[in-house]
Amino acid sequence: MLDEPQEQAEGSLTVYVISEHSSLLPQDMMSYIGPKRTAVVRGIMHREAFNIIGRRIVQVAQAMSLTEDVLAAALADHLPEDKWSAEKRRPLKSSLGYEITFSLLNPDPKSHDVHWDIEGAVRRYVQPFLNALSAAGNFSVDSQILYYAMLGVNPRFDSASSSYYLDMHNLPHVINPVESRLGSSAASLYPVLNFLLYVPELAHSPLYIQDKDGAPVATNAFHSPRWGGIMVYNVDSKAYNASALPVRVEVDMVRVMEVFLAQLRLLFGIAQPQVPPKCLLSGPKSEGLMTWELDRLLWARSVENLATATTTLTSLAQLLGKISNIVIKDDVASEVYRAVAAIQKSAEELASGHLASAFVASQEAVTSSERAFFDPSLLHLLYFPDDQKFDCLFFCPISQHSTLVHLRGGSIMGKPLPSTLLPNSCGRALASAVIKGPGIGHLWELLPHSPPSWLALSVGYSLMGVQEVAAQMWCSVCVVEVPASSRFGIKQL
Amino acid sequence: MAAAMPLALFVLLLPGPGGWCLAEPQRDSLREELVITPLPSGDVAATFQFRTRWDSELQREGVSHYRLFPKALGQLIAKYSLRELHLSFTQGFWRTRYWGPPFLQAPSDTDHYFLRYAVLPREVVCTENLTPWKKLLPCSSKAGLSVLLKADRLFHTSYHSQAVHIRPVCRNARCTSISWELRQTLSVVFDAFITGQGKKDWSLFRMFSRTLTEPCPLASESRVYVDITNYNQDNETLEVNPAPTTTYQDVILGTRKTYAVYDLLDTAMIHNSRNLNIQLKWKRPPENEFPPGPFLHAQRYVSGYGLQKGELSTLLYNTHPYRAFPVLLLDTVPWYLRLYVHTLTITSKGKDNKPSYIHYQPAQDRLQPHLLEMLIQLPANSVTKVSIQFERALLKWTEYTPDPNHGFYVSPSVLSALVPSMVAAKPVDWEESPLFNSLFPVSDGSNYFVRLYTEPLLVNLPTPDFSMPYNVICLTCTVVAVCYGSFYNLLTRTFHIEEPRTGGLAKRLANFIRRIRGVPPL
Repeated sequence: MLDEPQEQAEGSLTVYVISEHSSLLPQDMMSYIGPKRTAVVRGIMHREAFNIIGRRIVQVAQAMSLTEDVLAAALADHLPEDKWSAEKRRPLKSSLGYEITFSLLNPDPKSHDVHWDIEGAVRRYVQPFLNALSAAGNFSVDSQILYYAMLGVNPRFDSASSSYYLDMHNLPHVINPVESRLGSSAASLYPVLNFLLYVPELAHSPLYIQDKDGAPVATNAFHSPRWGGIMVYNVDSKAYNASALPVRVEVDMVRVMEVFLAQLRLLFGIAQPQVPPKCLLSGPKSEGLMTWELDRLLWARSVENLATATTTLTSLAQLLGKISNIVIKDDVASEVYRAVAAIQKSAEELASGHLASAFVASQEAVTSSERAFFDPSLLHLLYFPDDQKFDCLFFCPISQHSTLVHLRGGSIMGKPLPSTLLPNSCGRALASAVIKGPGIGHLWELLPHSPPSWLALSVGYSLMGVQEVAAQMWCSVCVVEVPASSRFGIKQL
Repeated sequence: MAAAMPLALFVLLLPGPGGWCLAEPQRDSLREELVITPLPSGDVAATFQFRTRWDSELQREGVSHYRLFPKALGQLIAKYSLRELHLSFTQGFWRTRYWGPPFLQAPSDTDHYFLRYAVLPREVVCTENLTPWKKLLPCSSKAGLSVLLKADRLFHTSYHSQAVHIRPVCRNARCTSISWELRQTLSVVFDAFITGQGKKDWSLFRMFSRTLTEPCPLASESRVYVDITNYNQDNETLEVNPAPTTTYQDVILGTRKTYAVYDLLDTAMIHNSRNLNIQLKWKRPPENEFPPGPFLHAQRYVSGYGLQKGELSTLLYNTHPYRAFPVLLLDTVPWYLRLYVHTLTITSKGKDNKPSYIHYQPAQDRLQPHLLEMLIQLPANSVTKVSIQFERALLKWTEYTPDPNHGFYVSPSVLSALVPSMVAAKPVDWEESPLFNSLFPVSDGSNYFVRLYTEPLLVNLPTPDFSMPYNVICLTCTVVAVCYGSFYNLLTRTFHIEEPRTGGLAKRLANFIRRIRGVPPL
């Protein structure tokens, strides 16, 4: 088709308007969407030419750029449940990088000796796609073969086609038992996307996946949003006749990679664009990704990052408002400032249309805000409850006693106490309550008041081991279980 | 939510050159083996070894496609650039004196070392440690020897040790390229009285409550070796059922031993009976009921009294009648036992024994433990005592463990030695010999390598009485309150004559107010 003149800046679109009778486009097509941020619209000689052409341009531009449903899908996590339908498939959460793992599941190695050229397939098909997506994050790919890994569901036999099938309702239960053997990545913190290729065992061959109408799915594969995809690869029945078990199976990597790449696009939320009528959509180049699709992804990601960063910082502020114990250190504060600055910069860049720098700034904003929010030093003094700060009030009883005596009009050595020493009304009310009830006031009165008995008491303390005596005295004050102790004639209540 | 959606395949891939080419020959291989050894004390030791060899230079190629080698371990090696990794979980203690030298011993706890050595004493090993270990095996307890690994029988033993060893090995004699070797080993010792009801006979079913049914299709070798050294054709000491097809004789750990070999990949073996249940019956007790003990064994203990000082002693026994050999002793003592290195004494046969090499790295409080490494020459037929005195440290109050605790553990010391063997051995050919022979190969057949661990020790540290703050507060408050209160009473109490209360509420209120003002009442 058209030769692409130069590399377009990210986030921009070029629309060429050609004459009505030009032969660049087939006769019945009104517009064409190219793989690299260009589009062609057929002009028209008409009274309303500008309006019609304008409408066509707008339609084309809307097909190629950010629309509401893409935005809604990106912000799905932050919207309340009723605002978006549960049917919408949620794309992957925005992250700095992803790990993609291809696993071959062979539950029956006695019957099938499966070989797959995964290294070549990754090099030829997956790596170009990931290189095209490299602006969206770091990707790493690995693969493994798992033997004796069964699906968790027993397939049912369909006598009409003499094959086994997995119902659509069973599919959610398939993943769980396998997942424990897939292993999470020990080496990195990025989210993992799993693509499983399942070769069913001889007893359950061939195995098909049925959709809700009961018809077998053409690609024999299904995917789970935010997790990955599974494809069932049936061994050709002709292969069994020739040789004894185990049968050597060479996996057709082209077929498999077509399915996996399509699933990868869907997992990232790169959906089929809504082409306007009479529009010719050029297929993607060999990488499998059109450049303006990448732009849409980056836009959606930037918005999602901004929403996440804002939510995190708001949560942090609310948390600080509620719990006054949290101490914010200087480095946490600088992260918060950096996050705020990055959010502002990203918003400005988005407004002026510089997509690449906006995306980078939004990623910085998310990283800084998460680092500030999840800093372990925030929790350092969180669990210091208020009641433990009041441990020093053991000396209450002494002050109570003083107030008691004052109230009863006591005097020191026969002289009345000056009135200025008397405590305020609250203390008085409390003290009068104490006088009335049993307890501390009575205790002092019951104690021996003659000097010889104090002497006996103090000697008793030192001899017996003060710890025990104190415990006993304290127990009697608190009216807890009173142990019998008649050694030194201490009065018990 | 899973959805099987018809994918619009607008991703069209052209099969590139070589799209249908055959994959390269597999570069990894698996060998598994089980060795059953009756021990002199009547117990039975079973050692499983699963070896995966991967011919790839992991770190250089940046490889990330795994088949038999587990992905989790491969990623660890690639990310942290590991050279070797040994990780073991052990419960129980290998009694060298009664059971003889072990093939493969691990200290009684968790132990992992990657250019460093770390030991965690007193960790409990249980089923949750066995399950992920089994998941690393390619056949994963569904076929081959791994069907015998059932947790309820394996933990019903006197000694249980599972380990993962990763190391690079040479691919050929000149060592021009290396491969990675992963060995997963599991050693258990079944107590004769618990398992065999007092008789020394055993069978696979009695020990593991399972029998072997089919070999692992991924393994290139799958064998069971039974130690029948005591078998004597004339005396008919023991009988092994089913009869082995071949036997293997070699010098293992210094003595000549004979093994009956059962090859699971041999189709005749499995086709004869659906399952393979190896049984051994003793017709009469073996001639040498107590074979000579091992040439090297060790013991360690703490002596002293009180909670301030103590002495750490290690006894090394060399029972060889005429040969002396050197032993490398590695001790890691935690920092809270402050060693006095000037009190280090090594005596053999009453005389002082100077080690030919000492390396000592003192401890740093709360950062690293003491490291003491010595090369000691053990004279023939002697007991060598290595002792060092220490002082116990006082910890910070947050570092003490909760009240109901045993004490503090001191990790076992490691002894490595080349013990002279009674019978000279042939040099080992790596790929041909069984796995238990190639674990610690030596180039010279006149001695064999042994690594022993001593017991872990338990020490008490001086623990302050944590109830003291409470006691002090109680006592002080009580004493002050009692003494002060009594004095205050004496000094300030006055006695009034109370008028009988007459007058109504108003008079009482007025009196109350007058009392506040300090004016005598009405």
